[in-house]
Amino acid sequence: MTAQADVGHHARLHARWHWSEIAFWVLALACAFLFPSRYLIMTDIVRLALFALSLDLILGYAGIVSLGHAAFFGVGAYSAGLLALHGVVTEPVLALIVAGLVAMALGFVTSFLVIRGADLTRLMVTLGIALLLEALAERFSDITGGSDGLQGIEMQPILGLFAFDMFGKVGFCYCLAVLFLLFLLARRIVHSPFGLSLRAIRNNPLRAAAIGIPVNKRLIAIYTLAAFYAGVAGALFTQSTALASLDVFSFERSADLMLVLVIGGAGYLYGGLIGAVVFRMLQEVFATITPQYWQFWIGLVLVVIVLVGRQRLHRWVLWTPNLILRQFGGRKAIVAIPESDAP
Amino acid sequence: MLTILFDGIAYGMLLFVLASGLAVTLGLMNFINLAHGAFAMAGGYITVVLVNRLGVPFLASLPLAFLASAAIGLVFERTLYVHVYKKPHLDQVLFTIGLVFMSVAAVDYVMGSSRIFIKIPEALEGQIDFFGVGIGRYRLMIIVICGLLTAGLQRVLARTRFGSRLRAAVDDPRAASGLGINVPQVFAFTFAFGCGLAGLGGALSAEILGLDPYFPLKFMIYFLIVVSVGGSSSITGPFLASLLLGIGDVAGKYYVPKLGPFVIYTIMIVILIWRPNGLFGRSAAR
Repeated sequence: MTAQADVGHHARLHARWHWSEIAFWVLALACAFLFPSRYLIMTDIVRLALFALSLDLILGYAGIVSLGHAAFFGVGAYSAGLLALHGVVTEPVLALIVAGLVAMALGFVTSFLVIRGADLTRLMVTLGIALLLEALAERFSDITGGSDGLQGIEMQPILGLFAFDMFGKVGFCYCLAVLFLLFLLARRIVHSPFGLSLRAIRNNPLRAAAIGIPVNKRLIAIYTLAAFYAGVAGALFTQSTALASLDVFSFERSADLMLVLVIGGAGYLYGGLIGAVVFRMLQEVFATITPQYWQFWIGLVLVVIVLVGRQRLHRWVLWTPNLILRQFGGRKAIVAIPESDAP
Repeated sequence: MLTILFDGIAYGMLLFVLASGLAVTLGLMNFINLAHGAFAMAGGYITVVLVNRLGVPFLASLPLAFLASAAIGLVFERTLYVHVYKKPHLDQVLFTIGLVFMSVAAVDYVMGSSRIFIKIPEALEGQIDFFGVGIGRYRLMIIVICGLLTAGLQRVLARTRFGSRLRAAVDDPRAASGLGINVPQVFAFTFAFGCGLAGLGGALSAEILGLDPYFPLKFMIYFLIVVSVGGSSSITGPFLASLLLGIGDVAGKYYVPKLGPFVIYTIMIVILIWRPNGLFGRSAAR
């Protein structure tokens, strides 16, 4: 077998749907029926998962460290809010796409700034853009409602069929459907030759350029795409809560997002999704123990994660599930690979 | 007009003292320390406790704030930071954000979440009229203290044996340790000194910038601007950058209050695009 065919074979093997992935999504859908009283928090988790997926695309696959990913989330949120408020696009799905496209346009423009410079410059520029947008949103308070946020948003029924109900069941299903569709798209992308080239760039930009990958173009493309995802996540936030306020741009949102991805593990698509579930539950637990000071414990979790080492931690966490899976599914059945071992 | 300039210079000097420690850890040791503001906050709160509760004179409490913050910095460096130096930047960012969150919540728990003021001595209040320009006494004191510190710092880095050791350790840690320089010790001392400066800055800034548990988050971006715009090759770069930032921010708030921090962020992004290594940085910085 030639090296090329070998690589192709492995790539295809990884791209194949595994039964544990199907189980994951069935479980997610089952949640809609199992916990009818918890729709609000579950919707929150789904939104966060989509947002984390977006960061995973640029951080886990392309290796761009961003501290200002909330910028796109915020732009998506405000776009969706304004579209609904002024009745420009009243149909939620269409508004979702438009909001995503607005964030995408911003992502495209700012990507030229982000691909320049090393990690520190990237951190500064992404953080600066998010802060800039927050300052702008505060400044143009006649459009954005300033610190009060956008109020009085009324959502039309989805596709003209399903109206948002009081308990948030429709909202949850809607968010889950959007997440699933975008996940499929992301899955397709990261297993494509394009996705493989991104990983090559993450591992070594210089070598990637040497074997003929147009590094900057690829980075711009994935950054733009990630902005679209974040914009959609923001739009979902506005649509399911009927609210958009200044805190969508806040630094804490970007920082929390990092934590979500780190808990779940960057560099594989389920990382963001699992991280979102774990993070939100941790937050709930801490908030019930110490309502005012939960941030302290979140910070402690971060510090411990880094000190123990992310890769080691993931190996521990994945050890038990992988063991079980191996018992049932033969030796090749590994549901999740820590980023260090990912090809 | 001149008053604005003066206030801006005082503000810039203050930012420099606050951020100079970060310039060393971030610029020279190549470690992204977002928790730098936490040490400044520590210094500020230590001064608050000393002055308001124990009745120590304000000026006497400043060196104490410096020493206490430096001690805290040293402990953290030896126990926690030292494990993170070699890790990738993402880990450093996460680790220090975690520290920031913890410090914010901890201070909130101990000291309460409201803004705190320090009782400054009467001699430092009010203004002096200097050829028709109103000059705040407190700000004048800041300029004097910070100016002396800057000159001293520059001298230590450029002229003394320790300064050359530090520069050697930064340029090439392996070769430096081969020459018999105790690199971890040099780094630990530098880190502690930087934290001490931050603490001193925090103590001085309580009057001007205000002190509350969210201090590290609010001013993190300012410190980072100073370092990234100023570049990391010398102490002069961050110094000029913080003066620029101070004057720009004060003038911006005075002339176009509506735009707020907008001006600063825009300038920062433009400069970083124009020169990704900072205004005064070496082009081949690591």
